[in-house]
Amino acid sequence: MAVVRLRGPLKQLAGDQSEHAFEASTVGELLSALEREHPAMDGWILDERGVLRRHINVFVNGEMGAQDTAVDADDRVDVLPAISGG
Amino acid sequence: MTKLIVGTRKGLFVLEGEPGEPFEVATRAFPGETVDYALRDTRSGRILATTTSPIYGPKVWYTDDAAGEWEQAEGVALPEGGDAALQRLWVIAPGEAEGTLYAGGDPGVLFESRDGGASWELNRGLWEEPSRDRWQPGGGGLCLHSIVTWPGDPDRLAVAISAAGVWLSEDGGASWRTGNEGLAPRYLPEDTPPDEIGLCVHRIHRAPARPERMFMQFHGGVYRSDDAGQTWTDIGAGLPSDFGFPLALDPGDPDSAYVIPLTADVDRVTPDSRVRVYETRDAGVSWTARGDGLPQEHAYLTILREAFDWGGEGEGLELYFGATSGDLFGSGDAGATWSAAATRLPPVLSVAATA
Repeated sequence: MAVVRLRGPLKQLAGDQSEHAFEASTVGELLSALEREHPAMDGWILDERGVLRRHINVFVNGEMGAQDTAVDADDRVDVLPAISGG
Repeated sequence: MTKLIVGTRKGLFVLEGEPGEPFEVATRAFPGETVDYALRDTRSGRILATTTSPIYGPKVWYTDDAAGEWEQAEGVALPEGGDAALQRLWVIAPGEAEGTLYAGGDPGVLFESRDGGASWELNRGLWEEPSRDRWQPGGGGLCLHSIVTWPGDPDRLAVAISAAGVWLSEDGGASWRTGNEGLAPRYLPEDTPPDEIGLCVHRIHRAPARPERMFMQFHGGVYRSDDAGQTWTDIGAGLPSDFGFPLALDPGDPDSAYVIPLTADVDRVTPDSRVRVYETRDAGVSWTARGDGLPQEHAYLTILREAFDWGGEGEGLELYFGATSGDLFGSGDAGATWSAAATRLPPVLSVAATA
């Protein structure tokens, strides 16, 4: 199973655990599975359209990815807020 | 003692104090986050706040103790799988029915809660309004920023959207009609059709002592309605500028209104480098400048639409407004005199006064 890793408020919303493993073939499927497992995360990473929020970055095994990036069973996906603000 | 619930670019502040004196910061919540609007529902004592994270999106929160734990409200989202996502929540307003609250946001959407703000439902009547595809966002987005109830009648509602005008309902929000007759948008061509929907209303309030009377700060124009928002009359003559955002009134006097003019849409600071609130007590026939105690030189303040509120009425009317400079001013004598209630706050987005 692919593993998604969370930090900060996302980790807290996901039962205060940073690593979560799911069967998925894309980053989007992985994040949807995460939301189903932890309903408190609903709307925090994917908006109501099911689109990855603009200022959230996903990295697959350390490489910048996207919602449709393919993942395999051994892949690690980090979900990080973009460096932004003012 | 008066409490001010203040939404800022960097958190929510609960200030406590007496009118005419400096207020103390009693609580800061949501440090570092943008708190677009917050208020205390006086019926329940519950405090509600809307936040917009650039990363995680807009949320509604509620608590019975601002210094304690906050709960995230449920249901504040547009239909899943659609083409639009909620961008921001601009305002929350208590409804007339027990436990009912309304929230307005971008893109021109209204939500309703019947359990004191813990869960919300999208108002489908406005969401599915056939003219929606002609609605245009203003500079702040397609924001539903004003929600005006009718005292004692939960079926009668008015909302205002920038820039999609005024919408009126007499069936509790099941259906809506426009209320824009008489508005003259100077930013559109003169031959614009009379049913033009792209009207940039900045703020509306209803006079509770005479509910058919409403006041409006428009994008260039101050207006009054005497027929519950169906038609509007320009009452901006006598103001140094009829551009501005916030609006307040004395709930005990239906002829009263207060505005804080800004120079123009291309220069959104207080005119003549001084800060003055303008008061009418004759329904807009005349205006009186109220600046005693406010900065009168080298002052270039911007006061946003949700950042002006009041408490009480009559001679004891308390008025409070905050600026994007982080200054917050108050009056305990219906605007006759003013003083700084707080300084050096983050940019102020909203102010709600409560006992």
